[in-house]
Amino acid sequence: MDRRKYLKTLAVGSLGAGVLLSCEPSKDTAEAPKEFMIDRNPQEVIRERKLLSEKFFDDHEMKTIHILSDIIIPRDETSGSATDARVPAFIEFIVKDMPMHQIPMRGGLKWLDIQCLKRFNSDFASSTVQQQIEMVDAIAYPELAKPELQQGVAFFNLMRNLTATGFYTSEIGIKDIGYLGNRPNQWDGVPQDVLDHYGVKYDERTLAESVKFDE
Amino acid sequence: MADFQIKKTQKDYDVCIVGSGAGGGMAAYILANAGIKVVLLEAGPLYDPAKNVTQLKWPWESPRRGASSSLRSFGDFDAAYGGWELEGEPYTHKDGTKFDWFRSRMVGGRTNHWGRISLRFGPKDFKRKNTDGLGDNWPIGYDDVAPYYDKIDRLIGVFGSTENLPNDPDSIFLPPPKPRLHELFIKEAATKVGVPVIPSRLSILTKPINKERGACFYCSQCNRGCTVYGDFSSSSVLIKPALKTGNVDVIPNAMAREVQTNAQGKATGISFVNKDDMQEYTVNAKVVILAASACESARLLLNSKSVLFSNGLANSSGLVGKYLHDSTGASMGGILPKLVGRKRYNEDGVGGLHVYSPWWLDNKKLDFPRGYHIEYGGGMGMPMYGFGFGMEETNGKYPGRDGKQKAAGGYGASLKDDYRYFYSASFGMAGRGEAIAREDNYCEIDPTTVDKYGIPVLRFHYNWSDHEVKQAKHMKETFAEIIDKMGGVVTWGKDGKENDYGLEAPGRIIHEVGTTRMGDDPKKSVVNKFNQAHEVKNLFVVDGGPFVSQADKNPTWTILALSMRASEFIIEELRKQNL
Repeated sequence: MDRRKYLKTLAVGSLGAGVLLSCEPSKDTAEAPKEFMIDRNPQEVIRERKLLSEKFFDDHEMKTIHILSDIIIPRDETSGSATDARVPAFIEFIVKDMPMHQIPMRGGLKWLDIQCLKRFNSDFASSTVQQQIEMVDAIAYPELAKPELQQGVAFFNLMRNLTATGFYTSEIGIKDIGYLGNRPNQWDGVPQDVLDHYGVKYDERTLAESVKFDE
Repeated sequence: MADFQIKKTQKDYDVCIVGSGAGGGMAAYILANAGIKVVLLEAGPLYDPAKNVTQLKWPWESPRRGASSSLRSFGDFDAAYGGWELEGEPYTHKDGTKFDWFRSRMVGGRTNHWGRISLRFGPKDFKRKNTDGLGDNWPIGYDDVAPYYDKIDRLIGVFGSTENLPNDPDSIFLPPPKPRLHELFIKEAATKVGVPVIPSRLSILTKPINKERGACFYCSQCNRGCTVYGDFSSSSVLIKPALKTGNVDVIPNAMAREVQTNAQGKATGISFVNKDDMQEYTVNAKVVILAASACESARLLLNSKSVLFSNGLANSSGLVGKYLHDSTGASMGGILPKLVGRKRYNEDGVGGLHVYSPWWLDNKKLDFPRGYHIEYGGGMGMPMYGFGFGMEETNGKYPGRDGKQKAAGGYGASLKDDYRYFYSASFGMAGRGEAIAREDNYCEIDPTTVDKYGIPVLRFHYNWSDHEVKQAKHMKETFAEIIDKMGGVVTWGKDGKENDYGLEAPGRIIHEVGTTRMGDDPKKSVVNKFNQAHEVKNLFVVDGGPFVSQADKNPTWTILALSMRASEFIIEELRKQNL
């Protein structure tokens, strides 16, 4: 089989599900699967069924996570927001999967509510948008935040990390970041216009000894 | 009838192999193709990368977005079942020392997810004591192994470039892929500071070599297992064709308990527990080959005590488990400002590095023995769990797209753009070096602990010496020099004296070898130069255990070569009825 046909077979054959998916326009719909769609060993199946049947955050906590995640990753001209990419559902799963996140997240959310109660006489989710931003401004910049708010900084760092990871590993996020791999192709080096932009080129020896695709 | 009985498998075999990774897979392949009847015991389930697929999956197809779990230490898409901890199968430590033990229980073992870095040992690597007086020489030299490296190159396939370096022998190479953009800049900078950078040497098929295996299609996911068998794993390249001969029976989920011996002191087979029915079995064979991994094979020998072998099988030297050594490792990384916000294109390439640096210095001018090679990473890879973590450590260190330096951390549209902006600029480098094999770094049987099968577990005792710490220090200085020359900004891996310069804990590089080392003197070694136990002539060890020293090279290519060599020896000895 010649190479072009070979690649084409790969793209539509048994490997192709993921590849074809990427060709469809991005939909702002369900992404977090009910079941894993990848190879699982028997121990994993048992563990993951159990994880998926549990619930960690209560409704109030989830409401707060929704608001915070969209403050961290809002909709812009390039792509949708964290909640469009179902980041809160990812956070719910990952804290069940990684118990080390449970106390920092639960306690951090509570810390945030108590701070807002003191400042605005309402929990974070019930505060006005302006108040929410005022609170976030106080904990979002580690080097500028007041020493007495360091617990809030630690919580917000975690929330920022989980939100960004959840977003940029979603279908919306992958498209946003511009990752163009994960499909059969032929690596023939850095594109010429990029080499030109940086003023670099492959030396003669590299060109001579590297794999060629036109044979 | 008693509730508990030991069942004997009905068939008798010529050879019983324990373990199906590089060593066991190669032995099964060579022996089966010579018409020898083989039974292969594997402690994990069957696995075939064409059927157990994680390749070309997207991060959102895993609810944990590819993160690691206790059941898959290297991430949800990684091919290795298991990892640093296995449920119900503990290991312990002595004197507060540290050793991390990576176990992958599945057909193919750790070759399913390994880095495919396929380096030959060089002439000096077999005779290091001649250079620095430390450790011991191997009883064999490069010329003994070279013909087997040649055969393995042809059988399995490896790409690279012909360099004629004195201690990094060339393989029979397939053409290498061109460097990625960050690799070009690393090469330019490293060359300027005197560190050579050459094409990497990976067992990935840039050209097809037979009809059973497809060529690489550049998804960079070798660690997930390849559905077209475009890279080397024992499961796809050795076990699968070995099974096709009809001469091999695989018993999966078979956890070996002891090597059985008779009154004459010969091995007669293996007793094992079948994890599926939790029943006890024995299987008989004329020859027993251990390939369960350096530490697991040592454990098996130490647990096989009898009247004749009160100290454990093949262990009157007392050296089974001793001389355990892993590669050294330290790493550093950051962002290369000229790569921020660059044009997007598919930069996946092959699984892993396209260029690397073989060891380049003369130890006479250095304060530590032995060397290390450098592996490079970076580029526009697939975002997975952990992507974006620690942005507050990056976006306050370097101006953003608008050229303005802003406060670290933040939120909102500006933060969102930072992830895009810095995505294309990250890189990293890691040293992998040679530790000195020492008798007082070892694994032994823990006198008080058993696993869930009732098998006594291993207890580790391992300390790095000043040699390894100084090597890590040198790595860090080299990395910093290259990064500085390149104009990069270090964002992680700045370690100092207080934490041994970021030297990884023993075991973390997963190159552990040395526990059944080879030699001519039965008092100073466990196996002879054909991987044959000095004391039990029909018992062989073909994993990393027989390594006398492990070079600054990844051990797999040498495990394969020595296993092939031992297997040919076994064929000849069986023919002569010597075993």
